[in-house]
Amino acid sequence: MGSPANERGRKKDEGPIHNVFLSPFWIASHETTWDMYELFLNGSNETRKANRGDVDLGVDAVSSATTPYVNYNQKGFPVINITQYAASQFCKWLTAKTGNYYRLPTEAEWEYASRGGVFSAYSFGNNIKNSGAFAWHKGNSSGTIKRIKLKKPNQYGLYDMHGNAAEWVLDSYDPKAYIERTMTVNNPIIIRKNLYPRVVRGGSYKDNAQSLRSASRGFSSSAWKKRDPQVPKSLWWHTDARHVGFRVVRPFATPNKKQQAEYWVKPKKEY
Amino acid sequence: MKRKQKKRYSRRTFIEQASKLAAASVILSHLPARQKKTNSIEGEIKVAVVGCGGRGTGAAAQAIEADKDVRIVALSDVFLDQAQDCLSSLKEKYSESDQLGISRERIFTGFGSYKSAIDLADVVILTTPPAFRPQHFEYAVKKNKHVFMEKPVATDVAGIKKIIKSSKIAREKKLNVVVGLQRHYQKNYQTLYKKIKQGKVGHIVSGQVYWNSGGVWVRPRKKNQTELEYQMRNWYYFNWLCGDHIVEQHIHNIDVANWFIGSVPVSAQGMGGREVRKGKDHGQIFDHHFVEFTYPNGEVVSSQCRHQKGCMNRVEETFQTTRGNFTLNGGGEGIIKNNRGRTLYEHNSTNDLNPYQQEHNDLFGAIKVGKYLYDDTKRGVEATMTAILGRMATYTGQVVSWDDALSLNHSLVPDLRSLKDNAPVNPNSRGEYPVPVPGITTYR
Repeated sequence: MGSPANERGRKKDEGPIHNVFLSPFWIASHETTWDMYELFLNGSNETRKANRGDVDLGVDAVSSATTPYVNYNQKGFPVINITQYAASQFCKWLTAKTGNYYRLPTEAEWEYASRGGVFSAYSFGNNIKNSGAFAWHKGNSSGTIKRIKLKKPNQYGLYDMHGNAAEWVLDSYDPKAYIERTMTVNNPIIIRKNLYPRVVRGGSYKDNAQSLRSASRGFSSSAWKKRDPQVPKSLWWHTDARHVGFRVVRPFATPNKKQQAEYWVKPKKEY
Repeated sequence: MKRKQKKRYSRRTFIEQASKLAAASVILSHLPARQKKTNSIEGEIKVAVVGCGGRGTGAAAQAIEADKDVRIVALSDVFLDQAQDCLSSLKEKYSESDQLGISRERIFTGFGSYKSAIDLADVVILTTPPAFRPQHFEYAVKKNKHVFMEKPVATDVAGIKKIIKSSKIAREKKLNVVVGLQRHYQKNYQTLYKKIKQGKVGHIVSGQVYWNSGGVWVRPRKKNQTELEYQMRNWYYFNWLCGDHIVEQHIHNIDVANWFIGSVPVSAQGMGGREVRKGKDHGQIFDHHFVEFTYPNGEVVSSQCRHQKGCMNRVEETFQTTRGNFTLNGGGEGIIKNNRGRTLYEHNSTNDLNPYQQEHNDLFGAIKVGKYLYDDTKRGVEATMTAILGRMATYTGQVVSWDDALSLNHSLVPDLRSLKDNAPVNPNSRGEYPVPVPGITTYR
């Protein structure tokens, strides 16, 4: 995990390189789309409790989202502008609906999946010039998000790991996270109480190709809700994160209920 | 509609009156047209919040952040729990702050409580459901308060007339008034407005404005609620309280059409109904409206607003001009193209200030130095009335002219004293409320 000091575009928070052991998992081949997310969003009743957000879905006490502030929620396009909590609640809903345990990936799982088994800057090597065949970025997106699966997948059959929507993972962002990892770490994850900053990975259609590298780390900020005029602010929607989506993972070994709960993102009111 | 009424508020005289009265003309919008002196405030600026829901609490927070001398001194709401939630949210956000000056005896509840709160303040924030805005604004102006009030400013024509009357007095008293049509305080809108007025792509011939989304919250009936309390809690779905979503929400986009064209429409015609959202807790409002607004020089603006889940969302304004087109939205985008499709300007909003904060920064900035700079009442009234005109068109299925609409004595909001009062609309035995029917619904 992490990148070598001489990788082009590398930032300090990507080092040092260290070994990580991960338990086996499946990861979605593409970013979660609006058609998937709207099953969760619209399938629920719309009653809300005292404050914005918490709604009884009738399924395993999963709460559902209020309606979005996003234009062009078209089928086949990644769902964007949702909070990390909303993404996690989708996983929880999916778990309740299917009986299989789904959650957001950890930062380490995400990076492993993105690399496609090779240790270069991108799954397709180090040459940024090849990025156009695999990724939507600032240079080829004309500033808009694209339908999923229009570019080539990586060696694991995963589409749009580099670019299109940046993707939520479970971890809180710590620029110094890797420094203490001197020995092989087992399924690393960093969860802190602060709502910001938390990690998004893979870069987006708005970023330069260099920010799409497998080791590149993005993170959230309160500015992503700056145009929410209410207090408390929405638990579910960002107003200024139209470049951020997510994909789901399913651990190969299903953890017990208590362990499952540890990987659900906790709601945190923002005032 | 019959043309027999006296045209006390004809479109032309309405505009003349309004523009004579406006300190800042529509064209200059929020910019200081004339700088006049008003009473300056020494030391702390006392603020009262009337209407303590999520938006009222948000506006209070923006006021606190606008100036360190702002002190929230009183809260008023019909419901105690709302006022308490508001206070605890503010305390959560500003725990160390001395900008919260609210003790328990400065929380006022009930229909008449706005008076006690307003009396204590220099500036008032009016953020109840829009039905009560005319009454609250009237009192605030009477008591010489500067005002931030949310859009829309009324739900009916009677309310519009009351606001116009109070606006005149506010102007005479040089009270700053900001209306929460925050697109006027948003950089992409301001920049494109300037460029369009400079004639970058000629003048507007037509436009389409949209607020198509999945809709908003529902608060189901609870046991022990009086009919009036139920309606007040679930206010979005009752016309007298909300004005329907064409007025409550789509007003933002309709306002942009008025702003960029530089006029209010001559007439409206349209269609609408309840296709999907027609459950027990969905009161009376439509879930979609489509209106054509015709402007004085023949410009036509199509307005769409939809509250239906699972459909494509779009909240945006786009216009065709004699030499190209342009598109804007609240997400900070703004793009001008010529009629060959070439982009002439594309706005980058990365460093733009949040417009909800900007409107408070501007208001409190003026108040602090004792300047009279802001009078948003004209556009607040015009945008609200335009949206009401659109609603009249979709409810009746007729062409409705601006002049006719304004001459009506269209009044939805009763004078309320207590939650035990009769509600202005009531459900039938199946729990259904009267819903407007095009071709049958009329206004007199």
